[in-house]
Amino acid sequence: MAHIKLLNEELPGIVGLLNYRPETAKPLLLLAETLLRGPSSLTSGEREIIAASVSWWNQCHFCHTSHAAAAAAHLDSGLGLIDEIKAGLPNTPVSNKLRALLTIAHHVQKGGKNVTEEDIAAARLEGATDQEIHDTVLIAAAFCMYNRYVDGLGTWAPQANEAYKEMGERMAHVGYGKS
Amino acid sequence: MAHIELNNDLPGIRGLMAYRPETEVPLNFLAETLLRDDNNTLSRGERELIGAYVSYLNDCFFCQNVHGAMAGHYLGCDIQQIDAIKQDFKTTDISDKMKALLSIAASVQKGGKNVTSAQIEEARNNGATDVEIHDTVLIAAAFCMFNRYVDGLATWAPADRQFYTNRAPRRALEGYQSSVYK
Repeated sequence: MAHIKLLNEELPGIVGLLNYRPETAKPLLLLAETLLRGPSSLTSGEREIIAASVSWWNQCHFCHTSHAAAAAAHLDSGLGLIDEIKAGLPNTPVSNKLRALLTIAHHVQKGGKNVTEEDIAAARLEGATDQEIHDTVLIAAAFCMYNRYVDGLGTWAPQANEAYKEMGERMAHVGYGKS
Repeated sequence: MAHIELNNDLPGIRGLMAYRPETEVPLNFLAETLLRDDNNTLSRGERELIGAYVSYLNDCFFCQNVHGAMAGHYLGCDIQQIDAIKQDFKTTDISDKMKALLSIAASVQKGGKNVTSAQIEEARNNGATDVEIHDTVLIAAAFCMFNRYVDGLATWAPADRQFYTNRAPRRALEGYQSSVYK
């Protein structure tokens, strides 16, 4: 049960919080929509993988599983991607550029100052543009917010991967803050 | 020098916002709602103080000085008083409610799962409402984003702390909306 009395305790994760406080829901949803589905040379699938990976490193089950399911919906890869992200994508066919960006994201997750010149150079060497590096850092930073919001208020989350299938499809194909 | 070519010489998050206007809009919308919207029982000064404290814990020089100066402006405190709160708020004369909320913010900074039922209970016993607890957690979480954004791209920050104090009154007046955020 959440730390505060939500209006609808059946809504899981961030969904119950967005419903509780519509004033803050608006900018939070606009930010997610812009970062994950807005104009960018990174695909939405790649951006959702960054979001899901950071959420996994932050041990936020709701955010990890829902955004991994959204990535799976974008990439039409099946829900196996959820567990592949936990393992660090060793055998998943993703680009070396995305792998280099995930290293940057992992360092952002630990703290901004952990990102090194070498991390940036390695991403550039794999073809990442400055804007892609910018967006990676901001997505990773944003999920350090969403994850803390969801877990800091003690929300509940469905356990099984399958429970996130429809949610992921809606996040991928309908969007954030849209019905 | 920043990790990427920003094509401007603005400090901290302002350089990043000028670089990428698409993401500037929701970020400032969020800051404005969390820190400045007056439909809130936490004062602007209290909310800026939470932001400054979390930025201090994340060792983000730019954010802790911007928001420390904002908190000082609203609360009528000087830099030394804000520094004393950041360094050890328990020994200062802020309200017991604020002490309980800053304790929750410190746990959020470490990771969401660090917030305990006892901390929530303590905040409630000192008069905090559920919405105030909600906003404290979200402000603390949001600064874990802003701080990582600013330092993760290695932006520069003016070293003279008076710079931030001098700017605070104008920022308080104009707010964080994108149209005036230059």
